[in-house]
Amino acid sequence: MDEKWVNVNPAQLALTAALALKVGKENAIIQSQNIPLSARYLDRMGLYNFFSTPSPFRQYRKKEPAGRFVPISIIKNGDDQSKFVTDIIPLYHLSEKNSRILSYIVGELVRNVLEHSFSEDGAVVAAQYYKESNRISFAICDTGIGLWKSLQIWHPKTDKEALSLALTPGVTGTTLELGGTSENGGAGLFFIKSIVKISRSYFVIMSGDSEYTLLKTRPDIKNRLYSDPFKDHYAFSNSISRFNGTLVAVDLKLDSTPEFQKLLDDIGDIYDSAVKESRRKPARKPKFI
Amino acid sequence: MKKIIMEKEAGRFCENKDIAKKLREEIIEPTIREKEPVIIDFGNVSGATQSFIHALVSNVIREYRDQAFDNLLYKNACLEIQKIISIVYNYMQLD
Repeated sequence: MDEKWVNVNPAQLALTAALALKVGKENAIIQSQNIPLSARYLDRMGLYNFFSTPSPFRQYRKKEPAGRFVPISIIKNGDDQSKFVTDIIPLYHLSEKNSRILSYIVGELVRNVLEHSFSEDGAVVAAQYYKESNRISFAICDTGIGLWKSLQIWHPKTDKEALSLALTPGVTGTTLELGGTSENGGAGLFFIKSIVKISRSYFVIMSGDSEYTLLKTRPDIKNRLYSDPFKDHYAFSNSISRFNGTLVAVDLKLDSTPEFQKLLDDIGDIYDSAVKESRRKPARKPKFI
Repeated sequence: MKKIIMEKEAGRFCENKDIAKKLREEIIEPTIREKEPVIIDFGNVSGATQSFIHALVSNVIREYRDQAFDNLLYKNACLEIQKIISIVYNYMQLD
């Protein structure tokens, strides 16, 4: 830890808290000799609540979180989810457009965890609003079964392949049938990746040994949506420390969010052809012997 | 004929799929099965997730096709919700 600065974001906080939850508070400790004052942020975000190590920051003037950050929170069911969307998001005083986009992203991501992760601890979420750059970072993490196990019906060979499937429209872990099941359409993560891409922002998903980052699309480059996430402008690593769960982080620049209706038009246009494309079997080739 | 006031059932932003599933199983499917119309009123609802709409109507479309198309009526849906419903309708008819 740096002696003066602590640089953390909601993704790191949600991941750390989720891992502490997994091992149990009594087994989770924070080891550091010289904790900088700026680490008060960890206390304010509620990280110490997940560790047996007491917070070294007992006396300080706590800033009002409303509109600035959402401390690390746990969502375990649909009611918690609705309460989070209804109570927390309005505190940011965002424009109606941005509030709807954020509600949409949070609603879909939380639902994914509740339905597919089989995590005993639910979804761990955290968010931060950065006023100067007018952007919101939101992260959600679970220590459930991870994408590879969740998508076993598709027989992914690697975590990378599972991650790719998770972002492909029309793919759900519950059926191979086109259109999904009565409860799952296999579109949630594709929609969110598309929202982030059209907004020229960042999106990260990590599971198993793999981490995929949708990189920001430069303003001078025309945005195109793809069903295959590896056709996007991306960064990928499969050498991260193995994580048996899933982390999704979204960094949304609010200045550049398009009108949601326009965004849905774009997603709707691509969705049908994307599903067809992803379901089209490769043509059989003649066997020349 | 049955009527669902969505604001009352699911709030001003529809994202809770448990509610969508309950409405589908308890009201929409039995009514469509009887070839009766269901009016789903989205008055005062600002938005909905694709997952919510999928859980609400996809299975009705899959099971009842024309019977569902004829009898599912959406009232006061803002343009955004109309677009999400249209997306779900489109991909449920791809096969």
